[in-house]
Amino acid sequence: MAYQVGDVVAEADEEGYLQDISLWSEELAQAIAKSENVELSPEHWEVINFLRSYYAEYQIAPAVRILLKEMKKSFGPEKGDQKYLYSLFPYGPAKQACKIAGLPKPTGCI
Amino acid sequence: MSTLHIVNKSPFERNALASCIGHLGNDDAVLLIEDAVVAARDGSTVAPLIREALTNGPVYVLAADLAARAIKREGVIAGMKLIDYRGFVELAAQHARTQSWL
Amino acid sequence: MAEGIKKKLLYVNRKAPYGTIYALEGLEVVLVGAAFEQDVSVAFLDDGVFQLLDGQDTADIGVKNFSRAYKALGDFEVRKVYVERESLAERGLDSADLMQITYEDENDDGAEKPLVRLIDRRELAHIMSEQDVILSF
Repeated sequence: MAYQVGDVVAEADEEGYLQDISLWSEELAQAIAKSENVELSPEHWEVINFLRSYYAEYQIAPAVRILLKEMKKSFGPEKGDQKYLYSLFPYGPAKQACKIAGLPKPTGCI
Repeated sequence: MSTLHIVNKSPFERNALASCIGHLGNDDAVLLIEDAVVAARDGSTVAPLIREALTNGPVYVLAADLAARAIKREGVIAGMKLIDYRGFVELAAQHARTQSWL
Repeated sequence: MAEGIKKKLLYVNRKAPYGTIYALEGLEVVLVGAAFEQDVSVAFLDDGVFQLLDGQDTADIGVKNFSRAYKALGDFEVRKVYVERESLAERGLDSADLMQITYEDENDDGAEKPLVRLIDRRELAHIMSEQDVILSF
């Protein structure tokens, strides 16, 4: 499969993760989210932006515990919560949010 | 309870055997398999390493791997013990843990 | 995981990064395994010490530089990381050549503390002998 934004065609694997993560853009995130039936709100972007900045620093996706801690610290206790994250990303903050954020598929079952 | 250390690389190619012997605990056993069995031949430059391990605890060698490499039983360093696959399994079961020196 | 079956688990890293897949696989297993909440230790000895050297640059070999992920070990609840002093010395290295890896100490108001401990060979041999399970890479 592939996503298309303007002239850019971004190939993805069978689960929808980008083959070339350097192609990611905010527009591409919108396209990935659409194919996941997720409508991106500012709250989604809070998660996506954190995932991207963590990945930029460490070259891996954060542990879920770290994501929760960071959300709590930056956006308040009600957002540092698994249920809240699943309400944004029904298929899970690790799998689905990483996909939209243009991170590689997480290696673990986390 | 002691550790069974398993080495499978030739000591002439890698330092796995030397490193293993440098990390032995009291009564730990060493088992040579695959290419590591070339260390079992007496008279080689690594024989002193094996003798050092023998002062600490038993050193085993898998007979099938010796035979495959035409290393004769009578040429093996005195004090080493030849075992078969069944012996391998028993050794693993007798020790608290195994450590593979890849 | 249920209480009472927490095991002492040691990951032994003995290979330099990039030439083989061992180092990356070892790192990934540590990170994935963190979800199982075991009593984890990670040791770097022999050529494994090269995994933690500061300043790795893989741009010209076309391989992903995964070295920065070691800095996240603390985030994954790993608190025991050992580097063998003799292995560094044999390779002409010392602790100043290693990356700075820290963790947030939750018992000390989140203070950043060094995660890596230099130990000698005898001490590492002792740590090995205390484990329930040893996984080698």
